[in-house]
Amino acid sequence: MNKNAFSSRRGAFPAGLRVLVVDDDLTWLRILEMMLKKCSYEVTTCCLAREALNLLRERKDGYDIVISDVNMPDMDGFKLLEHVGLEMDLPVIMMSVDGETGRVMKGVQHGACDYLLKPIRMKELRNIWQHVIRKRMREAREFGSLKGFEGFQLMRNGEDQYDEGNLFAIEDMTSTKKRKNPDSKRDNKEFGDQSSTKKSRVVWSVDLHQNFVKAVNELGFDKVGPKKILDLMNVPWLTRDNVASHLQKYRLYLSRLQKAGDQDSSSSGIQQSDLVSEDPAASFSFQNPINRQQQNDVSIDSHKYSSDGTLQLQNVDAEISHEGNNLKAIISEATIDKRTELPASIQDTKTRESAQKINDQSFATPDSEASHAAVFKCTNPWRDFPEMQLKKHQPYLSMKDRFSHLPLPGTEHLIQVGDQSQADASIRSDPSVMERETASCIETKPLYAADHTSDYASSVTSIGSAGGFSMQSYAADYTSDYASSVTSIGSARGFSMQSKSFMGNDESLEPVSTSNFGRKTEGLNLNSVSDLESHQRDLLLGGEFPSSAAPLEEDLKSFWLQGERCMNSGLQNIEMPEYYYDPGLAGEVPIHLFDTAENSAVDQGLFIAYDL
Amino acid sequence: MKKAELQQEAASIRRSLFDQGYLDEQFEELEGLRDDSNPNFEEEIVNLFYNDSARMINNLERALTRSPMQFDKLDDYMHQFKGSCSGIGAKRVKLECSRFHECCAARDAEGCIRTFQQVKHEYTTLKRQLQTYFQVAKQADA
Repeated sequence: MNKNAFSSRRGAFPAGLRVLVVDDDLTWLRILEMMLKKCSYEVTTCCLAREALNLLRERKDGYDIVISDVNMPDMDGFKLLEHVGLEMDLPVIMMSVDGETGRVMKGVQHGACDYLLKPIRMKELRNIWQHVIRKRMREAREFGSLKGFEGFQLMRNGEDQYDEGNLFAIEDMTSTKKRKNPDSKRDNKEFGDQSSTKKSRVVWSVDLHQNFVKAVNELGFDKVGPKKILDLMNVPWLTRDNVASHLQKYRLYLSRLQKAGDQDSSSSGIQQSDLVSEDPAASFSFQNPINRQQQNDVSIDSHKYSSDGTLQLQNVDAEISHEGNNLKAIISEATIDKRTELPASIQDTKTRESAQKINDQSFATPDSEASHAAVFKCTNPWRDFPEMQLKKHQPYLSMKDRFSHLPLPGTEHLIQVGDQSQADASIRSDPSVMERETASCIETKPLYAADHTSDYASSVTSIGSAGGFSMQSYAADYTSDYASSVTSIGSARGFSMQSKSFMGNDESLEPVSTSNFGRKTEGLNLNSVSDLESHQRDLLLGGEFPSSAAPLEEDLKSFWLQGERCMNSGLQNIEMPEYYYDPGLAGEVPIHLFDTAENSAVDQGLFIAYDL
Repeated sequence: MKKAELQQEAASIRRSLFDQGYLDEQFEELEGLRDDSNPNFEEEIVNLFYNDSARMINNLERALTRSPMQFDKLDDYMHQFKGSCSGIGAKRVKLECSRFHECCAARDAEGCIRTFQQVKHEYTTLKRQLQTYFQVAKQADA
């Protein structure tokens, strides 16, 4: 395994954490650089937001976390935050000398995983690694839940390969978790203990989710509201809040899919940025515009995808969209709109992206409903990764629809996934993921989430990066405190394991859909931090997983390790694939595949609705 | 002067900078970041600060001559400057920056001009004092 990779890191985790600092204030840039170096982190500084985005795009998996000032001359810090969240799905910490609640709120809403006030003390920086872990864990959870038991198996198997040193990370994380979460519910030991949760969780089963999607489609995506959906669904025990949070995730998921679609370019295994730039018309423009056209223009409103299968983004007043975060809404809409087109293109590798988009769409749309049924045919990206890249990209969405259209180049695996079938498919068959793997040595390394996802995403995108499943991004929401602040955003993040990568920014487009990994993990409760934790727990353990703290930890470890490995070297994760998915898949979908945006494909397929 | 005396003097200047509120604990943080390759880290940062802030002060001065006064822009500039000040722990300067901010918020043009002068005054005073301090400290270490 990547012992080498791991050992190449200085010291034990979190040493070597790769931080990108963006601040136009040279004084602070230097101060932060010094402080971070003292924490044994690997620091890259940048005084321009655009430059930062370029750096991030060039090296998708090159960073684990981004710290950015809010006020910058060339680009608003919040915009940067959104971009990063969307494209790279890295945790982003905002900083400012202004601690005004409104601004902090804005940061949180835009997806910041933390908001620091200047003057910043070194001790505040010492702990930033927790955001990375949290994100990863969340992703891992999503991943795990999606895949259910297999995912965990994967993780567990992967563990063996990890250096002992890597275990440190997980343990550290868990111990931190304990420390930070007095709530016993969150305690690692309680991972498997559902009963400890205060709220009863809603497990969004395939049926339930289909019911939900049906209701959404009946209402018209742009007219949906939790109450209306709830009424239509006619599920007595379901609450409005359950639906609201599920809707949010769904939207994120859709937008993630869309993003993924955009990102996917015919090129294989290309870095996200590459993909974006090379993306032909067909690609979803969602990504493109952001990446290429106007960095500042996060709003997708005006964005319309042109080529076949492109989605028309409409401004959706999504519930989940927080200020400035129209992407989500838009994406959701877009995805929904276009679902149907693209049948033919799906087969076309070139239009993978579009397919992806479509997938997304289908996912969102009724098709997806049908497809939610969890069977996706997807080629096992991991297995055939090298060849699959690009070609295999199978749109995961609307399993049913998709399958008919999609040529499954590689082995096809039927994956049962709750609603997510698509997502799963994407994840699994996500050639992009495969690409990613090869391309980026799995950097995604789910554990380390964030950063990796971005790299990952890029490579995956073309393929339909379902792979991005972003186990990586998982980590983020682990801590409750954090989760609470992020709430929907955060949770979306967590859920969007896959989408994380797409979304780039954790916050921004949290993949709404969290794939309902067949396992029906005990719904993740996006709404509350604690829920989040439990979600994570649930995710990780999955309903089907043998729940016990141990496996979880092991899984976490494996996640971590993976992440680590990913970080260090590209090929390290190759090993991971084996574990990943369900044996039927024959693929070993590396976990890391999930986390990056690349996994958008996966994202598409996956929509996990965990709702507490 | 003997080394010991110089050291004492440096320490005394430093102490008074804190006592009189010119500097806050951020400056100590900077000192704490010293290492072998950066033995005078705080000084390095202070110099960076001077460079950065000179530009910001110019921006402010220019903007203050505009008519009508663009308060939001002024506020932005000052916000930037304040952020920089927070980096070295320039406590008094920061305080004046806040006063300036209040005038911007109140759309008080005269107040802005007045408080800006105070900002500049504190800034130059601090600069002078730090220069003395660093000089003595350097001599003490020599």
